Amino acid sequence: MANVRDIRRRIRSVKNTRQITKAMKMVSAAKLRRAQERALASRAYAHMLANVLASTVSRAELVNPTTGEPWNPLLAIRPEKNVLLVLVTGDRGLAGAFNSNVLKAALRFLDHFKDKNIDIVAVGRKGRDFLRRRYPVGKAGEERKGQVQVIGEHLNLLAKVDYEAVSEIADHIAKAYRDERIDSVYLIFNEFKSVISQRLIAQRILPVQELGRREVALTEEFELGDRQRMAEAARTAGVSLKEPEATEFEKEATKFATAPVDYIYEQSPEELFAGLLPRYVAFEIFEGMLESVAAEHAARMTAMDSASNNANDVIDSLTLTMNRARQAAITKEIIEIVSGAAAL
Amino acid sequence: MADTLHLQIVTPDRLLVHEDADQVQIPGKNGELGILPGHAPLITELTIGEISYRVGTTTRYLAVAWGFAEVLPDKVTILADSAEHAEDIDVKRAQEAKARAEEALQQAAADLDYDATLYALRRAEVRLAVAARVGQATAAH
Repeated sequence: MANVRDIRRRIRSVKNTRQITKAMKMVSAAKLRRAQERALASRAYAHMLANVLASTVSRAELVNPTTGEPWNPLLAIRPEKNVLLVLVTGDRGLAGAFNSNVLKAALRFLDHFKDKNIDIVAVGRKGRDFLRRRYPVGKAGEERKGQVQVIGEHLNLLAKVDYEAVSEIADHIAKAYRDERIDSVYLIFNEFKSVISQRLIAQRILPVQELGRREVALTEEFELGDRQRMAEAARTAGVSLKEPEATEFEKEATKFATAPVDYIYEQSPEELFAGLLPRYVAFEIFEGMLESVAAEHAARMTAMDSASNNANDVIDSLTLTMNRARQAAITKEIIEIVSGAAAL
Repeated sequence: MADTLHLQIVTPDRLLVHEDADQVQIPGKNGELGILPGHAPLITELTIGEISYRVGTTTRYLAVAWGFAEVLPDKVTILADSAEHAEDIDVKRAQEAKARAEEALQQAAADLDYDATLYALRRAEVRLAVAARVGQATAAH
């Protein structure tokens, strides 16, 4: 049997680990709260953008009635031959199954579209590393290196998701679409409404067909056990499970451009679509990234909560073993003394 | 009729401005618009430019890059890609961006995205012009 000192040392080491995992859990919980606030702050913009688009659509068909052409190239639907996939993972690990879940969804997506040419843009280091091991790295506009190739990567973008940076990425994507180098664009990410309302989705970004609603091509729900663990971790870390309520200001934002009056429109629908659609695309990607960041923190919080619980179990069982060993040592000592005394 | 306008400026990140103003000036795509309380309902796209609004005797300036404005008799709501108060503008960054864009236009490489570069240049110029407003305002006092 191991001696008491060794076991005591191990207990101390596990306690240290537990301290770290507990701290990481609380840090992730704080970051999660901040990420949720950011997502909330962007909702007003989302409503307003959707409203302007809706009011534009209500004034004009998506297709120019005289030519039969769509008002904007981003509305044009072509047969899908070249597909662009934007994959959002995390930059860092220690987040439980977060990254591997997204990657599994990506593999299923690739399997689903296996007869098409697929270009992948990786957002997040984990996804980039994974894809590079499996697929060749190509360059947009040059000869394909393979049916599936990685054409871009964005690392460290998720630490502080910046709308301007995202809209630059979106502009490149929209340009490739307008130039007919790609026929559709999908975004795979971990959708996050609240800690207990999450799923993995492949959202179609382009062509834009239905405005103001996520067009989901593939989706996968979380398992019940995972959801329960998440809820438990959130509860102990003091993170709300509910989707945050709409603020007064957000409610007002939903009324943007919908007052019951006759507006004077300064621009034609064609012009409005040209200005609005690229923003719509950029904002969809931006929103997906914000949600993915929140989901990553939630997953890390949960993983660290499980790790802390496991550490507790290990400490308990080690303490038991230690007490037994101590008792055995004492018993042995007594026997020695008694038998020594008897021998006298 | 209301005698002030409630101005709201919203960006993807946050609600940047919500304030009652006496007068608002916005860079409409088809030309500058000066708005006083009681303006007719209007929806317009905004271009890169300067938003200014006056509250009493103080006027504040913002640089804006693309946006949408809804004008109602007592309210102006602006949806903007990005907007910054004049005093928050990073002048050094804007100058660098301007220099970068100018150089790219000079060299005119084959793969140059002309529109994007012009857009960047224009944005940097507007930022600098708006930032300069703060200097003028303090000098005048």
